[in-house]
Amino acid sequence: MIKIWSMKKNEDAAAKKKPKTSAAQIRVQKDLTELDLPSTMKTHFPDPADLLNFTLTITPDEGMYKGGAFVFSFVINANYPHEPPKVKCIPTIYHPNVDLEGNVCLNILREDWKPVLNLNSVMVGLQYLFLEPNADDPLNKEAAEELRRNREQFIYNVKSAMRGGNIKGVQYDRVLV
Amino acid sequence: MAAATVLNGNAPSADWPGRYHHVDQILDKPGPRTDPSFLAGPGVKEFLRDQCKILVIGAGGLGCEILANLALSGFKDIHVIDMDTIDISNLNRQFLFRPKDVGKPKAIVAAEFIMSRVPGVTVTPYYGKIQDKDDDYYMQFNLVICGLDSVEARRWINATLVNLVDPENPESLKPLIDGGTEGFKGQARVILPTITSCYECSLDMLNKPTAFPICTIANTPRLPEHCIEWASVLEWPRVQGDKKLDTDNPEHIQWLYQVASARAKEFKIEGVTWSLTQGVVKNIIPAIASTNAIIAASCCNEAFKIATSSSAYLNNYFMLIGTDGVYSFTFEHQKRDDCPVCGGESLDITISREWTVDRLIEMLVERQDIQVKKPSLSSGGKQIYFQAPPQLEEATRPNLEKKVLELVEDGGDITVTATTLPFNLTLRVKYT
Ligand SMILES: [Zn+2]
Repeated sequence: MIKIWSMKKNEDAAAKKKPKTSAAQIRVQKDLTELDLPSTMKTHFPDPADLLNFTLTITPDEGMYKGGAFVFSFVINANYPHEPPKVKCIPTIYHPNVDLEGNVCLNILREDWKPVLNLNSVMVGLQYLFLEPNADDPLNKEAAEELRRNREQFIYNVKSAMRGGNIKGVQYDRVLV
Repeated sequence: MAAATVLNGNAPSADWPGRYHHVDQILDKPGPRTDPSFLAGPGVKEFLRDQCKILVIGAGGLGCEILANLALSGFKDIHVIDMDTIDISNLNRQFLFRPKDVGKPKAIVAAEFIMSRVPGVTVTPYYGKIQDKDDDYYMQFNLVICGLDSVEARRWINATLVNLVDPENPESLKPLIDGGTEGFKGQARVILPTITSCYECSLDMLNKPTAFPICTIANTPRLPEHCIEWASVLEWPRVQGDKKLDTDNPEHIQWLYQVASARAKEFKIEGVTWSLTQGVVKNIIPAIASTNAIIAASCCNEAFKIATSSSAYLNNYFMLIGTDGVYSFTFEHQKRDDCPVCGGESLDITISREWTVDRLIEMLVERQDIQVKKPSLSSGGKQIYFQAPPQLEEATRPNLEKKVLELVEDGGDITVTATTLPFNLTLRVKYT
């Protein structure tokens, strides 16, 4: 066998044994404890001992979604950060990039996810959707069309949906703070 | 066949004159690039053939090739782990298996096949998961070769072998040779745990599974794959609720296939088939027998060179790209300081049994050699003290008053992260 150990003697730093904590756990610890969230975003852990399942509440302080509180569930699996966290919007909301099942169209949650991204990037990305809803990547086609055609009407619909209104036969959840 | 099996139980007699004539050309005399420690002649042959114990993880497309290559180059004590059984679709490239073997465990059939064909070789199979085995099991090998198709399993074995390295024990450092293929592309690499870049260090180099934008699959499907993704990502949870999609369950695949077919019809898209449905949801990458052969051969050459020191080994990443002509490239992948598995630093600390968590944090912040601000601590996946988010800070705050001893056993590890650390720091705690 090659004498690997002698190569090791020349290495100064990384010569020590590492703990049993999994790479995914360490990453989640690092991501969570280094979250730098504005006052408009808050995390909640139903079980504080379980770092892999939690919610994020976004309360935009500007834009057309101001006044609402939007709750997202986060589920992180053991293959994080190779795989992105699974994120869903819990209430039924009127938004061009969120469908009625709570699926969210945000590129970094799927096709553009990279392990160098972190939970902070995802949260900031979600908040951005409320400031700049995007009619080009529709998941709620009705809402996207309205936004493109008549911005005034769209804003009116957003306000009405946030109060728990019914738009074109769809009942939305009341999300006012 | 029967005669060969008999010989098998009787290793020395299986070495007929001239059996290793060709391999011995390399082992009998040093060459210009052989390692200075290379002992040409009987010593190295005896190590290779009578002492070296090698573990092969995976007995699929790569694993079958690896097992055959190892056995034919003189390794005689080979172990193999695989959790799968043989499927009829494996037979086009996993050449140790025959139609009569369908349904049987790959590891067991492969081991029997090699032993019956290559006299004097012992292949010990384990039909199960790599996670079933503990450190003592992995400790018995000199070398580990992986031919896996799962990122998760690779991350696990990589972390396990890095963790196994004990500064007091040279035997604890097990070279890991990792092979992987994807169609006409492949890679082979040599990982010397804690010394070279590890699998986790290169995680961001991986080709990620093709994911289509969710709005495309929802609104403007153009490909059969879009229809299948629509069925599995959007329709399954909508219709089936909390029922988990099991990609190994043929009934689930059938459901997805039907839903995807209906969608394809609606959008006039052709090409949704049962096997494409299975391929997309299980993320099956087309496996090509010849790519497997190239990568497996390269892995086994490295195993041979490392086991014998007869020639310079790969440093440390070999990439094969056969999709656009033939291109190959060898480079030294760099270790990452912020790698959560092999990066970061480890520190032995000895503290009083009376110390509280608060006192420990104070010590960490004061120490000049660590330079850490606002550290967050956990041990074995359990939180000790988190600086953020606010709810977790509050939940862990009572621990500040507790004695470290109550939360971490003697000799236990604490994982420290902080914004000021590009990596994580591991503390090994001893009490006075
Ligand atoms: Zn690493």
